[in-house]
Amino acid sequence: MAQYAILIFEREAEGGQAPDLPPEIMAAHEALPGRIAEKGGRELGGIALEPSATATSIRGDLVTDGPFIETKEALAGVFVIEARDLDHAIELARMTPIVSGGVEVRPLLGLDFSGLTS
Amino acid sequence: MLAATVRVTRDLDAAEEAVQDAYVQALTRWARDGVPAKPAAWLTTVARRTALNNLRRQRTLQAKLPLLVMDVDDGGRDSVAAAVLDDAAPIPDDRLRLVFTCCHPALSREAQVALTLRLVCGVSTPDIAHAFLVTEPTMAARITRAKKKIASARIPYAVPAAADLPARVDAVLTVIHLLYATGHTAHSGENLVRDELTGRALDLARMLRPLLPSEPETAGLLALLLVHQARRATRTDADGRLLRLEEQDRSAWDRALIAEADRLVVGALRAGPPGRFTLQAAIAALHAEAPSYAETDWPQILTLYDELLRRWHSPVVALNRAVAVSMVDGPAAALAEVEALERDGRLAGYRYLPATKADLLSRLGRHAEAAAAYRAALALSDNAAEQEFLQDRLSRTPR
Repeated sequence: MAQYAILIFEREAEGGQAPDLPPEIMAAHEALPGRIAEKGGRELGGIALEPSATATSIRGDLVTDGPFIETKEALAGVFVIEARDLDHAIELARMTPIVSGGVEVRPLLGLDFSGLTS
Repeated sequence: MLAATVRVTRDLDAAEEAVQDAYVQALTRWARDGVPAKPAAWLTTVARRTALNNLRRQRTLQAKLPLLVMDVDDGGRDSVAAAVLDDAAPIPDDRLRLVFTCCHPALSREAQVALTLRLVCGVSTPDIAHAFLVTEPTMAARITRAKKKIASARIPYAVPAAADLPARVDAVLTVIHLLYATGHTAHSGENLVRDELTGRALDLARMLRPLLPSEPETAGLLALLLVHQARRATRTDADGRLLRLEEQDRSAWDRALIAEADRLVVGALRAGPPGRFTLQAAIAALHAEAPSYAETDWPQILTLYDELLRRWHSPVVALNRAVAVSMVDGPAAALAEVEALERDGRLAGYRYLPATKADLLSRLGRHAEAAAAYRAALALSDNAAEQEFLQDRLSRTPR
């Protein structure tokens, strides 16, 4: 099994404010690890981020307000899965609940992240 | 041979190396013992064994590093052993897997095309660079990047699951069609390697059809390419000038290829709702079977374009449909559609739009506007044959 990070990008409201997540999206997030396991994969853990308005960036000596890269869809969270190959990882990543945006699938460098499991 | 070897190594570079090794071994062994009864099978067997040996050595060396070998559905190590023990393993399946790997949607279209030529067709990197008008190092880097992604993202070497198959087949067919079109159009200047591309594309389309019998679009694509091929010799005159469909010598079209295309189209249409390649092939076949341009079944062609546009909302299709509209409802109706496309903006820079518009204006007797449109088309073309064609049209437009 290989490990992949699933990066969740969601559209933010004006000024980097996160809209409240609809309850069905929250419920779908909670159900996700189980659904991934049903499909023969495994969720190893993840993190959810506060909206990009809360971010502080440091480039060299310069400390500025806001995210490092300004995008219409901002990084909202990351989770790590185990999958057989890219096709399997794509199948699992497709189940990620999304309001308005999408996900990016990235293979992890060949290190063992199984310790991420809480 | 490469495809069969990749199945053992799951690593394209290792497989290529093993194949080259097999050729080297052949040089010495065949000189000593004579050429074996089945040279291709001999080479494949040797390449696989070499690959397996290299792999075992590498495994011991790199036990702690990420494995190059991918565990696929049929169970990693066992399948490696099986592939080696069973030398008569179905090689066509291996080629099919290789095609799906090369045309995986996780790779850019450019990379898909380059990898397919390099790994499925065995075209050398300099030749591919030449055909796509980029430098050799650029093409080599493109291929290396793509191979690296296949390895690090673990793009599987497998035929996709049934649910994904139609979309994945469409990606493969798109690559093959692009190969053919690149060879066919020769956008900039003349180029012998490009001629070869049409042949490679036809070979791929022929290879794919029996491997994917449940996908009618493979028949659709093959039929489409066959019709293009049947008319190939008549696209230009003796001086290399481009000829329009209505000027081409229909008696010189290859009837055997057209008949084969027709059988394929009929079969694909029977198989269910037609896809975009089948519809394009049906349109091309109707053109090919018409006794003359004027006697073409234009209403039927327009119906097919309507269906094609429903399935595949492309502005290029809409532009081609406008030509059919001009033959059914007259040039004024067609011009309105072309002008709508012009406002839409997605075809800005596409030379066939002003060229089509110029022809329609010409037919309507609006010569000054036609001349302006021909000039606009000329400014967008960098192909000598096309420029000459447009220049000729322009000089025939009354002032």
